[in-house]
Order: sequence, then C-alpha cells, then structure tokens
Amino acid sequence: MTGTRRFAAALLAVALAAGPVIAAQPASFRPPPDSAIPAGPFGQAVRLGETIFRDTGRAVPQYVGNDLRCSNCHIDGGRLAGAAPLWAAWVAFPAYRGKTKAVNTFAERLQGCFRYSMNGTAPPLGSKTLIALEAYSAWLATGAPTRAHLAGRGYPRLPKAAQAPDYARGATVYGQHCALCHGPDGAGQRAGGRVVFPPLWGARSFNWGAGMGSIANAAAFVKANMPLGDGGSLSDQQAWDVAQFLDSHERPQDPRFSGSVQETRARYHNSPYSMYGRTVNGQVLGASAAK
Amino acid sequence: MARGSARRALASGVLLALSIAAGGAMAAPDGAAIVFHGIGTAPACASCHGAQGQGNPAIGAPPLAGDGSAYLREQLANFASGQRINPIMQPIAHALSPGQRDAAAQVFAGMPALAPHRVAPEGNPLGARLAERGRWSEHLPACTQCHGPDGVGVGTAFPHLAGLAAPYIASQLAAFRDGKRPPGPLGLMARVAHKLSPADVAAVSAYFAAAGGAGAPGKMP
Repeated sequence: MTGTRRFAAALLAVALAAGPVIAAQPASFRPPPDSAIPAGPFGQAVRLGETIFRDTGRAVPQYVGNDLRCSNCHIDGGRLAGAAPLWAAWVAFPAYRGKTKAVNTFAERLQGCFRYSMNGTAPPLGSKTLIALEAYSAWLATGAPTRAHLAGRGYPRLPKAAQAPDYARGATVYGQHCALCHGPDGAGQRAGGRVVFPPLWGARSFNWGAGMGSIANAAAFVKANMPLGDGGSLSDQQAWDVAQFLDSHERPQDPRFSGSVQETRARYHNSPYSMYGRTVNGQVLGASAAK
Repeated sequence: MARGSARRALASGVLLALSIAAGGAMAAPDGAAIVFHGIGTAPACASCHGAQGQGNPAIGAPPLAGDGSAYLREQLANFASGQRINPIMQPIAHALSPGQRDAAAQVFAGMPALAPHRVAPEGNPLGARLAERGRWSEHLPACTQCHGPDGVGVGTAFPHLAGLAAPYIASQLAAFRDGKRPPGPLGLMARVAHKLSPADVAAVSAYFAAAGGAGAPGKMP
C-alpha cells in the first residue's frame, strides 16, 4: 500500500464513520453538458427534444392547451436535482403508477404530462414529439444506473408543518413572495410575445388532473425551488400554506371528468391534498372549470 | 377646556378648508413638464435620458423608455433616500416630490421601448449561456427568466436590459453586489450579483448591450 492509498483508505474510513453527515450531501448524478450532444440523427433528436422541453407551446402547439412549458416545473431543462429531473425519471420507467393503476412506459408518462400539466392532447406513442423527448431524457441519463432511485428525483418530500395548511396565511405568503412574478391574479406575465412567468391557476394553467394540483406536490416543489433561484428560503409552513392557496383556485377541468364534480372527486381526487370538489369562497372548485 | 377644544376644532376646520382649496387649485404634477423642461432645481430628465427616453451612453445615462412605472418610481425613491448611490441622480431625485417622481416615471413608462433583437450566441457563448440558461449548479436563473426574451423587460417591476450600455450593466451589477443599490424586490438582484464573476459580468453586459441596437456587435469587447 502506498502512502497515498493508505491516506485514501483512512479518509474512506473517516467518511464511512461520518456516514450520516456525508449522506446529507449525496453526490447526485450529473447529466452531461449540452456541448456533449453527439452529431448525427440521435443528437438531432436530443436537440429537438430539448427545444420541445424548453419551448413547448411554440415547438408543438398541437399538443399544448395552456401557457406552460415543461421546463417551468422541471427547472434547467430537466437537469436540476430536486426539480423533477428527466434523468432520474428516465431510469425509473417502466413503473407501476397508482394514478393509472397500470405499468406505464416512460412515453406513456410523458403523455400524462401533456394531458394534464399542459392541459393539451397526448402526442401519439411513436410520434416524433415523444421520440424526441425520450431521446433527450435518455441522453441526460447517460451513464446513470437503471432501475435506481437516484438522489434528486422528483421534488424532495416535504414533512408536515406544525399547522395544517391554511388558505389565508397562504394568500399572505403569495402576496409577499410570489405575486411579483406570477401576478396578483395568478395569471403569470408575458413579454415580447412570450410567456415569461407561468400562470399558476386559471384558464391558461395546468388542469385539475395535473400532479401539481396535489397540495403536497406543490408544497414540495415550492419549498425546493421557489422563488426561482432562491429555493429553500420559505419555511415548510409557508410552502404548505401557499400550496394550499394556489391549489384552491379554479383551473381547467380534469379531462377524466365524469359529468359530476363529486363523483370525479370520489374517483380521482379522494385525498386531503386535493381541493377539487371542495367549496372555497363560496365556489365549488371544479364546478365552473373550463372544459 | 370646552372653549379650547372648540377653538382647536375651528382652527383645524380652517386648515382643512385651506388645504382643500390648495389641493383643488394645485393640479397633479405634470410629468411631461418635468421630463422635458425640468422643475425647480431638477433639470429636464430628457436632457440626459433623451426625448424618446433612448438614453445617452456617452454620459452613462441609460435608456428608460418603456420601463415599468413601479421600477422607475422605486429607483427615483432609492436615489432620493440615498440607498442607490449616484452623484447625478441623487440630488435630482431629492429635489422632486414623490408625486413628481411618480409623474415623471409614468411618462417614461409610456414611451415605446426599442424592440430587442436576438444575439447570436457564437460570438459570446458565456454571455448567451448566462442570459438564456443561467447556471443552475449555483442556482443562478437565466437573466431572461425574469427580464423577458432578449431582455425586453417584463411588467412593471422587471426593467429591460437590451440596449443598456455594457459599462452601465456592469456598474449596476457591481452596485448590487456591493450594496450600493437596494437588492431589488425579494432581494433578487443582490443574490444574482454575488454569483457572478468579473468574467461573467463582462460577458453578460456585452450580451445585453448587443441585444439593443441594430448593428451593435455581438462579440465581447
């Protein structure tokens, strides 16, 4: 054993002994830089996938029914750990999903994004759009172990706060930390003919079937990522409260709507984290949702 | 006691009547007059910032046309209070009342902004990357995520960047970093400025300077 090796072994021993501390900062997977996108047809598909991901409404308007883009919720073009990165999702599929009660492929998972989060139409399996998004995701996951739960996947689960999430406190948080960009009416802001700050509720936002309609999911996203570039600055309580507030506004109808809000709630929204079908400010949420 | 309070009531009634009369006689501040002719010791804003609000890079006066009224009002308030340090603007803003500052801000906000154009990333890849993508390994958002496509400016609070002179952008990033300018709403810009190296500042300043003017070079100076 050389001296260097002995030193490394000692360091390793220290690192193992200090396990919990080290584990607090897990070395997460790093996707390749975009300078590494290969030339040729695969690279072209990767680039198209990235374009669709970052500028969804302009790249594939036929599948998009609102003012959102994939990269609004999957920050840094699906690269950022803790913002539902594509590389972590890619290696997790096919997988059983409670939402569909079926084993879904990654492409089917993407279809769900278009149907709910983009309030649009699912691109057909095998379409250029899905193939490009698959190519981009697979390329981002270059070198990642498959069927592994990679650190940074999804949004970091947020522990319950001391107090139950509260609409009124959430409205205050929203006014102080969110309205500057997303507007007091949640409608977002446009400039230069483009959506700059995405709408959080209302006709141009995600529909009632989207994952972000879950208060727990929205709270986790907000805590980790909002305000943009200052994730972690809100308290857990503030994140829960503002998520409660966001998800207590009307938005486009759940495409699985059965014709009855209460029946649709019982079937798809039977959770304390969904406000669908609940009465807020005298209005039953979902009852006047645009279809 | 009773007589004293009656006298006070009378006095305050007279004061009230006087102030109503004065208020009625005094028109709302004329923003256009302030901008184009100046008022009191404050010279015409347009003498440096241009009659179209186009600015004058030779003297470091940024274009203001089309910027949000809230943003402009806040900057004038910051100059007036001394929180934003600038030897020319501080006394001017101090000479204006809040109503006059608001009126002047509205005039510039109402002027049409120059449309920015896309800068080819090849000549300035670092500037283009920071402007369009950010650097998320440091949780640094892209400039355009708040300032709009090509730095066109967004709403009332996020000013345009396209066409600002490179030395002006660089000086403001330094002021944000050094606390010589309030950190912006939610402290956004101080946080951003602390994450930028001198090379980053030079690149991003050149990028947005080039996004403004026709024929402006897209390359690093």
